[in-house]
Amino acid sequence: MSSARKLADAGRFLISGSGAVYLVLIAIFAIIFANNASFFEPANLMLFVKKAAPLLILAVGQYFVIVAGEFDLSVGSLVGAQVVLAALLIDGQESRTWPVILLMLLGGAAVGLVNGLITTLLKVPSIITTLGMMLVLFGAIRLLTGGAPTGALSEGFRVFGRRGIDDVPLIGQLPWALLIIVAVGAAAVLLMRSSFGRTLVAVGDNEKAAGFAGTRVWWVRTAAFVLSGLSATVAGILVGGFAGVTSQVGDGMEFVAITAVVLGGVVLGGGRGAVLAAIAGALTVESLFTLFTQLSVPSTIRPTAQGLIIIVAVAYASRERSRRHTPHPSPKPPEPNRHSDVALSKE
Amino acid sequence: MTAAVREAPKTAGPPPGRSRGSFRIGTTALVYAALVAILVVGAVLVAADGKNLFSTGNIVDMLTRSSLLGFIAIGQTLVILCRSLDLSVGYVMASCSLIAAMVMNGSEANVPLGIGAALGAAAVVGLVNGLVITKLKVNAFIATLGTGLILKGWLDTEFAGPAGKVTASFQQFGYTRVSVVPLSTVVMLVLAVAGVLYLRKTRGGHHIYAVGGDTDVARLSGIRTDRTIVTAHILCAVAAGVAGLLIAARFGTGSALVYDYGLDLESIAAVVLGGTYLMGGRGGIAGTVAGVMILAVLDTVFNILEVNPFYKDVLRGAIIVVAVAIYARRQLSARPSRVRFAGGAS
Repeated sequence: MSSARKLADAGRFLISGSGAVYLVLIAIFAIIFANNASFFEPANLMLFVKKAAPLLILAVGQYFVIVAGEFDLSVGSLVGAQVVLAALLIDGQESRTWPVILLMLLGGAAVGLVNGLITTLLKVPSIITTLGMMLVLFGAIRLLTGGAPTGALSEGFRVFGRRGIDDVPLIGQLPWALLIIVAVGAAAVLLMRSSFGRTLVAVGDNEKAAGFAGTRVWWVRTAAFVLSGLSATVAGILVGGFAGVTSQVGDGMEFVAITAVVLGGVVLGGGRGAVLAAIAGALTVESLFTLFTQLSVPSTIRPTAQGLIIIVAVAYASRERSRRHTPHPSPKPPEPNRHSDVALSKE
Repeated sequence: MTAAVREAPKTAGPPPGRSRGSFRIGTTALVYAALVAILVVGAVLVAADGKNLFSTGNIVDMLTRSSLLGFIAIGQTLVILCRSLDLSVGYVMASCSLIAAMVMNGSEANVPLGIGAALGAAAVVGLVNGLVITKLKVNAFIATLGTGLILKGWLDTEFAGPAGKVTASFQQFGYTRVSVVPLSTVVMLVLAVAGVLYLRKTRGGHHIYAVGGDTDVARLSGIRTDRTIVTAHILCAVAAGVAGLLIAARFGTGSALVYDYGLDLESIAAVVLGGTYLMGGRGGIAGTVAGVMILAVLDTVFNILEVNPFYKDVLRGAIIVVAVAIYARRQLSARPSRVRFAGGAS
């Protein structure tokens, strides 16, 4: 009985809004495997991890903001500005690596803080706030580069994106990027289990109720933007290391990150979704792009696939939500169905 | 129904104290005051540089800039008033420029057909947007981002460079001007007036305000909310299609790369700059036109003064954010008098 029940629960989770992404991810990996088994050789897999890492980190940051009921459109331009600025400041000198990384983290947090305070205290919709920030940061990139970026990243800086711990048995090289993802992912999961994480979801679900319950809504949302700014900084460090410096770094990444988060079943408008599912969403997007490369689908058609996927994913998730009005799968309340409906349905 | 209709401006009746009607007019007046102020400041700055902001060339430049964004922003206003959003407009514009130019293909006889095909295709995209939002219950942000990306993939794959050729007569749409006023600006203003009349005088327009104000109340009042949202999206896409026709007329050919102009986000900025509330139900096209003009004037002034693009973007971003913050503040202070549904529907 109990094992059958567990199996049924697992099945229900897998077809639910935030579980479906794992199914899709497994399916895509299966197709990749069927198509080209050498993808799963450690070296290739680790290369994939390095390539995917920046988006995964960005998705974590975007998740915090989206689950709190806001948007952050500035992350793509923030990644670009950080990389260009780092190259300019480091200028190839090894000794400046750590001070500049520290400065980048401070800068990322400051951008998040400004986004958050303008959104919460001045009551400007976050789509406008972060759009304004995007304009400012794009302007900064243009000012700093004047068309072509100057300076260079130090080898010490690029280590995080492109190197790893060598001579690890079985897999050869353990990329720093993988360790960073695991660390960021673990920290995010712990954070979402802490009281801060629960408050964040509560604010996204119902701002008023959270306020009445004693939450300082403005502060929680601002913190989410700061986390997003920090994650964009980490993503910038990784992408700068992996791909190097161009003035196009980060272009359009904000929409890919939002796609990834939404694909993970996180609901725009806030209050629903898991951070692991958001990471899985980012992994799905990256593996899909890998699959396209393998099938030699022209890269120009990628946006079409991306567009179809997000529409289908969100339509699927919202169908799921409207169906939940009938008995909720949650085992908690043993009361009559009608009662639990009222208690659990949001609308 | 009365409650819903009262969402529309002008039908609010003589307000006791500060009411929504006076608020809205107040905001639009504020936007035009800001436009005048920016014109004056710009003129002074340009004059200090030894040039004339109101020379024929500069006025033509300002008006030309405003017409392209204007078409898109007018459409965007309609969907934002419904509490929706359209991020696909840039791609619709690019697609329509290509469709028009390819169907015309340099032949005078095909001009009406080309215009019809382009606007028809735009309407289909708008219909798809609207249906995905209302029937599949997909958030408007994602739905229109998705259709935009689908179009982008198509454009990137099929059209590496410009394609098609418009006729000489059609190019007049892009280049003719009556003294200092370009024909495209006239068409844009005519469209704006039509939009204002639609919103103020017709049932469909009032429904848009009602749906944006509160979808549930609108539905309970007997409005087919889905149909209203779909209609707004179709009109928005068609307006973007007109912008595409203007692109084709100016370039003489269709171009896929124009989606890179960033007009999708810029049109949203222009709409909120014009005092329309991003959460729907309040605002109007008159304000949007002023918002578009403000952005165009800023661009022209910056260009004349050869301002570093960095400061240009910073100033633009700052102006948009500050404007929206001011409107938000005004709404907060107006809130206590908004007891439309006191103790009623929730």
